[in-house]
Amino acid sequence: MTDNTAIAFATAIAQGSLRVVDLTFTLSPDMPVIVLPPEFGQSSPVRIQQISRYDENGPGWYWNNITVGEHTGTHFDAPVHWYTGKDLPNNAVDTLPVEHMIAPACVIDCSAQAAADPDFLLTRAFVEDWEKSHGRILAGHWVLLRTDWSKLGPRDFANLREDGAHTPGPDSNVMEWLVNERDILGFGTETIGTDAGQGSHFAPPHPAHHFLHGAGRYGLQCLRNLDQLPPTGAILITTPLKILNGSGSPLRVLGVAPS
Amino acid sequence: MVEPLQKPGRKNPLDRTRQQALPPAGRSRKGQLLTLAAAQGRFALQCCSECGLFCYPARDACPNCLSADLPLTDAPNGGTIVSETTVRVPTDVYFRERASWRIGIVKLDCGPEMVAHLHADCYDGERVRMSLQLDKSGQAVAFARPTEKTPNQADDRQWREMTATPKFRRALVTNGRTALGQAVAAALKAAGAEVYVGLADPWKPFPGEETLKRDHHVVPLDVADERSVQELAADLGGKIDILVNSTEHVRPGGLLDRRVTNAVKDEMDQHHFGFVHLAQAFGPAMRARGADGVNSAAAWVNVFSVYALANWAPFGTNSAAQAAALSLSHCLRGELRLGGVRVVNLFTGPLDTEWFQTVPPPKLAPKAVASAIVAALENGTEDVFVGDVAEDVRQRLLANPKALERDLNQRIS
Amino acid sequence: MRTSRRASYDGVVVTTPVTIPYQRYSVESAHWWIGRALRGLVDASGISPRDIDGFCLSSFTVGPDTAIGLTQHFGLSVRWLDHIPLGGASAVAAFRRAARAVQAGDADIVACVAGDTNHVDSFRRTLENFSRFAADAAYPYGAGGANASFALIARHYMNRFGISREDFGRIAVSQRDNALRNPNALMKTPLTLEQYMAARPIADPIHLFDCVMPCAGAEAFLVMREEKAAAAKLKGARVLGTIERHNARLDDVVQNHGGWIADIDDLWGMAGAAPGDLDFVQTYDDYPVIVMMQLEDLGFCKKGEGAEFVRSHDLTIDGTFPHNTTGGQLSAGQAGAAGAYIGVTESIRQVLGTAGPTQVKDARLGLASGFGMINYDRGLSSGAMIIAGEG
Repeated sequence: MTDNTAIAFATAIAQGSLRVVDLTFTLSPDMPVIVLPPEFGQSSPVRIQQISRYDENGPGWYWNNITVGEHTGTHFDAPVHWYTGKDLPNNAVDTLPVEHMIAPACVIDCSAQAAADPDFLLTRAFVEDWEKSHGRILAGHWVLLRTDWSKLGPRDFANLREDGAHTPGPDSNVMEWLVNERDILGFGTETIGTDAGQGSHFAPPHPAHHFLHGAGRYGLQCLRNLDQLPPTGAILITTPLKILNGSGSPLRVLGVAPS
Repeated sequence: MVEPLQKPGRKNPLDRTRQQALPPAGRSRKGQLLTLAAAQGRFALQCCSECGLFCYPARDACPNCLSADLPLTDAPNGGTIVSETTVRVPTDVYFRERASWRIGIVKLDCGPEMVAHLHADCYDGERVRMSLQLDKSGQAVAFARPTEKTPNQADDRQWREMTATPKFRRALVTNGRTALGQAVAAALKAAGAEVYVGLADPWKPFPGEETLKRDHHVVPLDVADERSVQELAADLGGKIDILVNSTEHVRPGGLLDRRVTNAVKDEMDQHHFGFVHLAQAFGPAMRARGADGVNSAAAWVNVFSVYALANWAPFGTNSAAQAAALSLSHCLRGELRLGGVRVVNLFTGPLDTEWFQTVPPPKLAPKAVASAIVAALENGTEDVFVGDVAEDVRQRLLANPKALERDLNQRIS
Repeated sequence: MRTSRRASYDGVVVTTPVTIPYQRYSVESAHWWIGRALRGLVDASGISPRDIDGFCLSSFTVGPDTAIGLTQHFGLSVRWLDHIPLGGASAVAAFRRAARAVQAGDADIVACVAGDTNHVDSFRRTLENFSRFAADAAYPYGAGGANASFALIARHYMNRFGISREDFGRIAVSQRDNALRNPNALMKTPLTLEQYMAARPIADPIHLFDCVMPCAGAEAFLVMREEKAAAAKLKGARVLGTIERHNARLDDVVQNHGGWIADIDDLWGMAGAAPGDLDFVQTYDDYPVIVMMQLEDLGFCKKGEGAEFVRSHDLTIDGTFPHNTTGGQLSAGQAGAAGAYIGVTESIRQVLGTAGPTQVKDARLGLASGFGMINYDRGLSSGAMIIAGEG
């Protein structure tokens, strides 16, 4: 049996030689969601409404109805989410290749920079510098931006000011480069979006969305526990709900890394 | 002389909370005309359209000319007390608990004699100012007050049974993020209440935040989220004497120029389901505390758009959400009445806020709504039309609802 | 000398006064009490129920039944039926209607009955549902019921005419004296003026001994033509004059008069008598203030002189103005609508000489009056009858 790789993988997890790290926030109404100008349509916040709890509405069982947007909590962005990916094949969560749901990840630690500057931007130079230490980012990898933003309280996490959100993210140039020159599978962040808080003022606006989805790549946001993953050598398991023509989905993101 | 009301101390946790008994509630159909007047704070009686006789008690025919045309008509509110008594041994539980109770006969300047509740500073032979009030059963009663200002007039024991004064009461204002919510909180505090202000999405900053947090207890509350409301009620439910539902979620638009229901659903979530959540979470405790001393549960206040009564197509789905909540308020009114807690509905025209930016004046300052809320609580009214637009809609609804419907439709260009 | 244009009640007698002894509270229904009274009429008169062909009922607590339902209940087959909802004026009205029926031959023997029960909560229920005006505009004000309404009338009357509580007290105290001679009276202990004055207030200026005690009980009498009475060997009393008035057109802002004032000349004119001719008076005494008003409005003294009248007369059975010789409702109890009858049945006994321990010596001519229905702020119904013995 040991020559069965799948069993070997499971055995490694069972025996602890591989760690499973939960990279997901609890789906809760307290979790900030993306804020758009109020005249636009808004994402539903998370709502959990009890159907019964061993009571007159169901004496022996407990269950809830939940309401979520496709982009609430820890969630996955499919290419169809952005206009740049709207015409691609297999661009929605129900049609994307399941092979993409298990893939290796690189984790770029920018936590010190983000702590110093909420508007910290990841640049190509920063990544190239990272590659000097950890090796070239290989095709088909997730690139995860570790900022420790997930450790902040809700107000600092959203960090809204009069001129909008101030949260770290990638600049336009690095996104185009990661997609075209490194052929990454997707880009993941701890913040509300894959783009920086001020990303709407970049050229093009929201470059992470623009370039990732335009090339059929994916986004992950509201990740946490990225500090428990190694810079390289971990894999992500990312299985969005199979929503008909879904643009994204809340999901459980698991990281698997050597102990 | 009325002794000034004293701030109540903490309750003895060994004492049972006194349950609300209600005064006699039976009234004839015609008698309910006076309920209509009392709800709006008017002193009005039936007046014969043929012979001009003011009639009281309510009748189905004029006792002078037998005309059946006896419309409710605003009446001069002056009168003179011609006899009085102090009822010390009432047969009814409500009054027995509150005995002794002063009543009198008032000869009204406009004609009829009226048995009335007497303010403590009104005596036999004196001139009085009459009003129709809603008692704890929600029914109209006549009340005689001094014609002049007297010390601590509003603290009169019998008068307080007719009102829901904020003094020494604890109020929850559901939305501190808006100018309206902030104005209401400030006005209630100025009227002597301790104010809790709800705040949804506390991570979103907003103007006035610092002042709000300095002056009031800011508590997490997202009315559209059942759990949030229930969790707050678990903490505060037994302490809220006045709840002001100031939810204000306005988005322009009718039906045909919107292709998704999302915004419409948001309006219903805020106005309709928000109301449901608040009622189910806070209503039972309020209903149980209607007779709980000086700071008993007293009132539930709703701030509605007057277009809850007649759909205004440019804000058509909002009007519908308001209408849904208005209907709920009537349900709640019946349910809370059992606990002696009144439901006060304010109807407003467009507020002077960003969502009515393109609407031409007159527009209503949030402060005006806040003042109207305090006045309604202090005067004991139930249906209040605030400002010129609301009053305009009220009058046109009475005159010709179809004409109003056409007019409100045609504003779409 | 008769001066009224009204047709007389000649040829009619009122007979067989029946009183079913009162109880403070009863577990029985009004029907039970009314049934006892009917049986009392039958037993005392020897007349078979089958020969009773007219029935007149008053009761507050018999609902949802009315007189018609009770015909079947009691097995009465009548050719004349009435149900009189006039409260304290019911007995005078019952006689007036029954007498005209027997004069006209519409009935031969009319049983007039009033009876009410008093369950522990029935008094409050009666007050709460007394009338539309009361429910709309009186009861919600302190729920004092009749006590509050009469308090407002009494206070105004006292202020208007300078009357003191002692003046009302003389009426209550003398009635208690009378009640001590009535074995059926509920109040069996003496009452002094000092005790009256010291009683606890109920609704100022009404104090405890100004109030009747609600109770269960029934009263009844028969009305028939003289020859019928003679055939049955029944002694009957004659009614020389009688009046009733409802919602009298008075300009009293607060009630200072009862409706008697409107028809007083007819009352005395029909009877060919004057107030001074009477041997006793049975007024309707739900409160002493109403007694005093009656004494004025029925002509025993002028308006405003009622206090002086009670000061200058002894109102006990053996006194100068025998009044409410049973003790009246104030001391015998108020058995609902039977309170209207207590003065009438007692008057019949007095003029027939069968009043026993409360008998006024040589009583031949007396007056019984009634008053009722505080619909809103004043009593609307009033009635009076002057009763004479045989011969």
